Amino acid sequence: MRLVAADLACTRSGRPIFSGMTFSVAAGEAMVLTGRNGAGKSSLLLLLAGLLEPAGGRIALEPDDGERTVPEQSHYLGHRDALKQGLTPRETLAFWQGLLGAPRAGIEDALERMGLGHAVDLPCAYLSAGQRRRLAIARLLTSWRPLWLLDEPTSALDAASQELFDTIVEEHLSAGGLVVAATHMPLGFRTNHRLVVGESR
Amino acid sequence: MTRALSALFVRELRVAFRIGGGGVMGLVFFLMLVTVVPFAIGPDLNLLSRIGPAILWIAAALATLLGLDRLFQGDVEDGSMDLILMGEAPLELVVVVKAFAHWLLTGLPLVVAAPVFGLLLALSPEALGGVAVSLLVGTPALTLIGTIGAALTASLRRGGLVLSILVLPLMVPVLIFGVSAANAAVGGTIPFMTPVLILCGLSLFSLVLAAFGAAAAIRAGTA
Repeated sequence: MRLVAADLACTRSGRPIFSGMTFSVAAGEAMVLTGRNGAGKSSLLLLLAGLLEPAGGRIALEPDDGERTVPEQSHYLGHRDALKQGLTPRETLAFWQGLLGAPRAGIEDALERMGLGHAVDLPCAYLSAGQRRRLAIARLLTSWRPLWLLDEPTSALDAASQELFDTIVEEHLSAGGLVVAATHMPLGFRTNHRLVVGESR
Repeated sequence: MTRALSALFVRELRVAFRIGGGGVMGLVFFLMLVTVVPFAIGPDLNLLSRIGPAILWIAAALATLLGLDRLFQGDVEDGSMDLILMGEAPLELVVVVKAFAHWLLTGLPLVVAAPVFGLLLALSPEALGGVAVSLLVGTPALTLIGTIGAALTASLRRGGLVLSILVLPLMVPVLIFGVSAANAAVGGTIPFMTPVLILCGLSLFSLVLAAFGAAAAIRAGTA
């Protein structure tokens, strides 16, 4: 499997962010996006996630299975954790697993792995920022998606959780997954490509 | 896909009953309006029973509007909508499932409560039945029309007022046929079933309109 982007251009509210972006990431490879604030790292991830319309160019996961679009084969871990205050971690993950399909790790196992085993039945309103982040990451474990789109994935995580996250990404890559991550901070997992967004300006 | 939609349905019901959910808010508002009216009108039972169905319908329409602004707003704000948009479940069906869950929590309680609250307005047994039946087939239309407004205002802070202004004029036909169905149950020249069937038609029409309209509005709002 291969993620290919050709001549990608992005415009937001009439303002050109970047254009002529071409790259490809193969199965088992990770690409890190760097660049100054506002250069368009998050916008590029949104384009890949299908949440923004590209102003030009094309995005594809090859070989195309003819059924599922790129967003349907992707996990998107954005700035917002997509949690409901009133639901417990167990209910939250059960919802996401049901909605996203392709079940992989069990809910209990995923929560245990992310160090939330003691908080399975506590409403998310009581979780700290780091715990909320870990719960959002647990979503990546409970449903299988080949492509992971990570936007500042380690923000709010402590050192031990960052290490755990690196291990999880490594495992995903070993299983033939693809990772595109935007970050300011050095990430612990091996990266095959580095793309500086907004370099030309 | 069925599993995805049922997961969404269960989650909607759970969220509504937890912290910050507005499960019974509409019902309390409905009761407030209905109890205040007899004090304002005075102890004229004939007048009360004549305008009672209209009062119940106005209260139902306003109560429906009350919680609607949060229907999509919460998901857009916390990022859940992004993930729902990326999923395989078609957004049109997601909208219908969310609207149905919302109706179960806000519309159906009104239908059940209306015959009881109608007693406060000195309605006859026939009128109580008429109001309940007309609300049962009419409130889905109110919720579904409101769903389009909720989708349009999902990314607006304080979108509730804009939502009401957008949606209330569109609710007028439902209100007219709802009250006329309730009145036809007591007597009059038109048969009871005519306005009830029109209400059914309005509900089905707004089901289709809401599914595609609200989905298009959400896509336009997030892109």
